[in-house]
Amino acid sequence: MAQHTATPGALRVTSWHLALYKRMWKMNVLSSLVQPLLYMLGLGVGVGSLVDRNAGSGAVLGTTSYVAFVVPGLLVTTAMSLSAGESMWPVMGALKWHRGYHGIAATPLSARDIVFGHATWIAVRCGIAAGAVATVLTLFEQTRSWGLAPSVVVAMLVGVAFAMPIMALSVGAERDGMFPAIQRFVIIPLFLFGGAFYPISQLPTAVQWIAKVAPLWHGVVVARGFTTGNVDWAGMAGHLGYVTLWIAVGLVLATRRLSGKLYP
Amino acid sequence: MPEPLIVAHQLVKRFGDFTAVDSIDVEVQPGEVFGFLGPNGAGKSSTMRMIACVSPVTSGTLRLFGLDPATRGPEIRGRIGVVPQMDTLDGELSVQENLWLYGRYFDLPRAEAKRRTAELLDFAQLTDRADSVVEHLSGGMKRRLSIARSLINNPQLLLLDEPTTGLDPQARHVLWDRLYRLKQQGVTQVLTTHYMDEAEQLCDRLVVMDQGRIVAEGSPRSLIEQYSTREVLELRFAAGSNEENSLKLGGIGERLELLPDRVLVYAHDGEAALAEAHARGLQPESALVRRASLEDVFLQLTGRSLVD
Repeated sequence: MAQHTATPGALRVTSWHLALYKRMWKMNVLSSLVQPLLYMLGLGVGVGSLVDRNAGSGAVLGTTSYVAFVVPGLLVTTAMSLSAGESMWPVMGALKWHRGYHGIAATPLSARDIVFGHATWIAVRCGIAAGAVATVLTLFEQTRSWGLAPSVVVAMLVGVAFAMPIMALSVGAERDGMFPAIQRFVIIPLFLFGGAFYPISQLPTAVQWIAKVAPLWHGVVVARGFTTGNVDWAGMAGHLGYVTLWIAVGLVLATRRLSGKLYP
Repeated sequence: MPEPLIVAHQLVKRFGDFTAVDSIDVEVQPGEVFGFLGPNGAGKSSTMRMIACVSPVTSGTLRLFGLDPATRGPEIRGRIGVVPQMDTLDGELSVQENLWLYGRYFDLPRAEAKRRTAELLDFAQLTDRADSVVEHLSGGMKRRLSIARSLINNPQLLLLDEPTTGLDPQARHVLWDRLYRLKQQGVTQVLTTHYMDEAEQLCDRLVVMDQGRIVAEGSPRSLIEQYSTREVLELRFAAGSNEENSLKLGGIGERLELLPDRVLVYAHDGEAALAEAHARGLQPESALVRRASLEDVFLQLTGRSLVD
């Protein structure tokens, strides 16, 4: 044992997530592909044919086609929905129902390891889901681009940026009744008004600000920079910095709250 | 004398205004099986959680292996095994996955975790259920798995919070047998229970807790000798007439205890006490002479029964 190098606590926690995922990954990858591809077909092809016929739209979108505009939005919103879901019921379950977090808390690991382990796992899950969507997108000439690869990484970051504050909420929640409300009043509105399907410049100024506060739009802008090749490094660094800020604050809040619950 | 594994001095745990543990002193020696006995709400679990280093001490001192949980919590947790009151198993994973993943939390190398898993499956008599998903196991099997899992890190100290609550008698005996084997291997155990027979079977020494305080301490035998007579005569009279009949029992045995459903006569010779009751013309619906137990100790100390 002397020569054994310690595995970081977060990764030890992640091996638990991985064991659970192994039991259901096929269904999971499949279902995380279906939704974005349906949007892709429905909006990209349906709405896209209308948009692309409109003379001025290309200038507003900044892309050659509507489909090309929507692609990065799909990657990043996929990560957002996935990480929100994974940070609500499963977190409450591990704290209150099957109490797996309490089991971990009795070992040398701490609340911090659980939170960082969750963050790591969310990044992996978002990487798998967004990566699967990106792989399918390479099959079509209109959506194929090298920018898909860094966009998957952006999707992973945005996933963690949503997961951490939502985890903090779930840890503090008494019942799961608030979760559908988060879906309806945060996730779905951001999906619709967060710059995934049209530039937020089309929205009233007040709504634009709401989109700008959440990490989604920032991620979409960066991913779109990559997929369209309009790379503005300074601007993109600013957006990514903002996403990272959400991650950092979320990590601190979730760790503090979980620590209070596990070690009262 | 070796250094005690656990030393608690004037240990207090408060939650807001509520004092769950009220200045208790406890020492547990290596190799000992030590029990906290008391009714629900006596402060047993709060004490156990402090010892398990998952609940900060409000005041007083606590040392495990000579270390302070406030500063060395993770290190201490690495050397103990915990069987919590409510299982924290992952129902969606298999029996062996639950075991070796738990080993990973202690940073056992993969090969070592798998080797320990095989050993513990055997110990818990779950080898043929190794691949079963945990939610399909019986309550007794889950409890055995919880105990097996708590041993994955070869702990020097095992903490068991109400290990057999909710199990049928057969499952309890299987579990007691496993705990006895661990004792023979020299694993120090601290357990809480509100079952008298469990405490008598398993514990070398115990404390009786009531309302956050320790009200008595000793071996099960010495506590019974100290706080009870050797035998107890249990009499049941027709419904509603226990009190009236108990008045006629005055002077028989050393002491009487009137319970809602029966009258207890504490006497060194139970049969003689029963003969005396019959001689006074009393006709109980049933009469039973038994050896005194920790239940009687608790009743004597607190005036209340343990399991209500």
